[in-house]
Amino acid sequence: MQKMKLFVSEGNPHCLKALAVLELTGVKCDVQHVNHEEKVVPFLSRPTLPVLHLPSGQYLFSSNAICQYLFDVSKKGSSKQSHQWLEWEATELQPALMYALHLVVVQGKTADSAKGLEAPLSFLEQSLSKRTTAFLTAETVGVADIVLWAALYPAFLENGLKTSELKSTRTWFERVGVLPACQASVQTVLKGKGVEALKGYLQKQPAPHGQHTQPRNTHTSSNGSPTETEDSDHNTTEEEIEAAAQIWNQQIDCQSKPERKHPILPEEGKRNVLITSALPYVNNVPHLGNIIGCVLSADVFARYGRQRGWNLLYICGTDEYGTATENKAREEGLTPQEICDKYHAIHTDIYKWFQIDFDFFGRTTTQKQTEIAQNIFWRLHERGFLIEDIVEQLRCESCQRFLADRFVEGVCPFCQYPEARGDQCDKCGRLINAVELKEPQCKVCKQTPVIRSSKHLFLDLPKLEANLEQWLDRSVSTGDWTTNARNITRSWLRDGLKPRCITRDLRWGTPVPHPDFSGKVFYVWFDAPIGYLSITANYTDQWEKWWKNPEQVELYNFMAKDNVPFHSVVFPCSLLGAQDNYTLVNNLVATEYLNYEDTKFSKSRGVGVFGDMAKDTGIPSDVWRFYLLYLRPEGQDAAFSWADMALKNNSELLNNLGNFINRAGMFVGKFFEGCVPQVVLQEEDKRLLAQVGWELKQYIQSLDKVRIRDALKCILNISRHGNQYIQVNEPWKKIKGGDADRQRAGTVTAVSVNMSVLLSAMLEPYMPTVSETIRSQLQAPPASAHFMLQGEGNFVCSLPAGHRIGTVSPLFQKLEAEQIETLKKKFGGQQPQTITQNNAATKASAPVAASETSVKADPELVKQLVAAIAEQGDKVRALKGQKAEKAVIGAEVAKLLEFKKQLALAEGKSPEPAPQKGKKK
Amino acid sequence: MALKELSSLEKFLGLKKPNKYSTQGDRKVPVLQSNSGPGLVGLVTIATHLTQEAKKPDLLGSSAEERAVVQQWLEYRVTRLDGCAKEDIRTILKDLNTYLEDKVYLAGNHISIADPLMYYGLHHIIMDLAVHEKEKYLNVTRWFDHMQHYPIVRHHLPPVAVLRNRVYTSGHH
Repeated sequence: MQKMKLFVSEGNPHCLKALAVLELTGVKCDVQHVNHEEKVVPFLSRPTLPVLHLPSGQYLFSSNAICQYLFDVSKKGSSKQSHQWLEWEATELQPALMYALHLVVVQGKTADSAKGLEAPLSFLEQSLSKRTTAFLTAETVGVADIVLWAALYPAFLENGLKTSELKSTRTWFERVGVLPACQASVQTVLKGKGVEALKGYLQKQPAPHGQHTQPRNTHTSSNGSPTETEDSDHNTTEEEIEAAAQIWNQQIDCQSKPERKHPILPEEGKRNVLITSALPYVNNVPHLGNIIGCVLSADVFARYGRQRGWNLLYICGTDEYGTATENKAREEGLTPQEICDKYHAIHTDIYKWFQIDFDFFGRTTTQKQTEIAQNIFWRLHERGFLIEDIVEQLRCESCQRFLADRFVEGVCPFCQYPEARGDQCDKCGRLINAVELKEPQCKVCKQTPVIRSSKHLFLDLPKLEANLEQWLDRSVSTGDWTTNARNITRSWLRDGLKPRCITRDLRWGTPVPHPDFSGKVFYVWFDAPIGYLSITANYTDQWEKWWKNPEQVELYNFMAKDNVPFHSVVFPCSLLGAQDNYTLVNNLVATEYLNYEDTKFSKSRGVGVFGDMAKDTGIPSDVWRFYLLYLRPEGQDAAFSWADMALKNNSELLNNLGNFINRAGMFVGKFFEGCVPQVVLQEEDKRLLAQVGWELKQYIQSLDKVRIRDALKCILNISRHGNQYIQVNEPWKKIKGGDADRQRAGTVTAVSVNMSVLLSAMLEPYMPTVSETIRSQLQAPPASAHFMLQGEGNFVCSLPAGHRIGTVSPLFQKLEAEQIETLKKKFGGQQPQTITQNNAATKASAPVAASETSVKADPELVKQLVAAIAEQGDKVRALKGQKAEKAVIGAEVAKLLEFKKQLALAEGKSPEPAPQKGKKK
Repeated sequence: MALKELSSLEKFLGLKKPNKYSTQGDRKVPVLQSNSGPGLVGLVTIATHLTQEAKKPDLLGSSAEERAVVQQWLEYRVTRLDGCAKEDIRTILKDLNTYLEDKVYLAGNHISIADPLMYYGLHHIIMDLAVHEKEKYLNVTRWFDHMQHYPIVRHHLPPVAVLRNRVYTSGHH
């Protein structure tokens, strides 16, 4: 017999009741968290959750059936009345609730949301006010109570759905809600985020409109008089529909998008946008997280801006100075300059393959960098913003050099994280002075470094703080700063600024021009952001028109969140202190981290996909771009997963987007000899135009605010509408009918190919090649894309009747399970060529553990161990929950740690020493 | 419609005395009227009640698992199947077809109350299927044909012709 297992996903409202009942009944059952899109039930085409996998192998995919079953096996039983309530919940309440929640959470229309709920809620209120028991069906809580409570919970959370006159309902609702089982399930599903937590789930559901999902007219109350509900089918108002039909008939303004002529310079009266992406460090091949974190995100925004007709410059380049480069050079037996040349070329190739359309991709090791950095330095010096101090620095005697911050590791002095780096702690995010690290170790040879002192220069941040805060207030309130960027900046200021060292005892860097500090170079975090300026200077002599022009230029910085403080605090302070009218950042766009299959990308362990390997997978660059952008870590960390990538490719690209565009084009070719047929708009078509227009508007609003992932969903929604439209109207049947039917087939086909043209315009920032392919297949007029994205968006008819299209062929290919399995194995970790990174440079002192890492991972063993760890973990949690004796828990924890150690070995990682938790005890 | 269905169900269950039904709301939700207390509302609720009245609890499932599976398909009937959009019909048929691949009845090897109720609900859909579509959803068709020949299930509905030999052997539709 298998064990019983409940599958749930975070933010899925239907999981609330199942989890609450499970907790309440105490039935023994594993709980597994999965994605919303995970297909758990093999025979259902659409992903459905929650699902209870029964010991017999049967699946229960209805949340109410799950609840009933759990009550049944726990011998709590259920009455006829509870049957009736469950049926009412499923047929009357749920459709109304889902519709209301969709309005509020996805569309933000709080105002209309409560209407559909009035009737079912008043029915519930009446029934509750007449009852004589504490709960719905008895004196004790029953299955119907939990089911109804859980269904109503999200709606009652949202203020907009509160209905005032429901006294009995409120009392009952609160009585159920205080049960610990209910509170626990809320925590598990909503994670304290309120209804916003449901957004991801609701967005994936087909929008509840149309006959079957709109709120049905409700039951009569039990006295038999029918109660009316309003027809709330309209997502789109009559005005919107008429407006959409008018836009459709507009002429395309022939002015096409302004051409790109280098050098691009700010122009009076235009929107001048300067975009930078964090400079990738030269000595590493960028991984997918780096790519989505900055260059790709910035690229989408830049492409979008160009489509919108902004006067825009997108620059980036490699950050080349620093000890890491020196080290790499030593490893490979080259000079630092040669290393930079080599890796700069690798970076350039990778970004080219990913179709990152920089206006200029430069580097920091240039004469301009020296000039500009030294100029800023002198200005800061003259204005008294630099202070001298003696610095104690770590020096590794065995490696014979001062250790750059990133070459020291130790215990974080603030949070005790054992793997803090010399400059920053990855766990708590605080900045660290390398000498403050506890138990410091040279990262290369693992020896303990000694402290030496030398004279250095500091940027006087405290002196600049008032100035900075004033500027920050303005920038944050007027520009688009992501939430994490605001929070990180705020927490920095809250902790108070301290003087920050800008010089280093190294060789490979921009030389400090002051005679008292000869032989020293600028510390990379003073130096690197100046790269934005020097790279622009290498692009055009008139770089100051961009960088000393805050009145006319809007600056967007793209980066991952670890880079935020340097862009929001340290670098602005340098520029403010230089007092040279520099352009400062207006919009700071930071992503969270992208993990790899729920672990970190790791070059040294060979885990993850790196930029140069992506093309070897045979998966097109556009599909990579699509998937990375689809899971762009906005708001929270995301994880790259091969299985999910295949799923998204097959479900969204192939079956949704590609299918729609291909069908529309095929119909023109097959039924109308390649010429777009006449359009005679009916009410239904106009309604579709309005829906599409609405999605287009959302797309533009989202991208204007750099919400790249949200905007991508709008594209997929449009093709979903399109597929439904074709499916309902069946042009392939109508074409065989009479004149009226044939005309209908023509209209549906023509509207659909025109939607494809719109989609090609919206897709351009995300999948440039696919966009271009669609446009050439349909012979779309070049000016149309630019025109459609003006203002709030214009879905016009750009392929008029009689327009001849080209040859249509499929846009996407299926990713097969075997192919994905192979790739997953290949990139899962342990590529022998990559394990050498850490120890090749150090001769005899290479740590012993590292040599063990060459052991091949054993997938079967790993699987068994993962299962064992999960089971043991549950056991430990259960014991802790029961407040078992310490010794008993301790023994089980020891077992768990042993399993983990074995797993690390089986995966070919070096087993880590027990983390700090163990030391505390 | 639902009322005819309930009367067929009564016969299937062998209930001698017919009950009185009415409907309410636009969706014509059936109500079983009773002399004592309020009536029972909803197809699933009434069907479950009738089965208990007929003293055939096995038709509701003989174990907790079976009971849950039967309830699930009853709920499926009233939430997914009834009033489903045109574009969802294929998905429903496809899913059912996969599900029924290794089953004789919806709850496995024993007939349950879910079988006649799903049969009633699917009847108009199966009626409209072309011959090749019936072949595409082979397992659904097999189960459906079985149900319409099952003693005292069909009653108020016309029989649907099912070919027993395959016409479209290549099977690519």
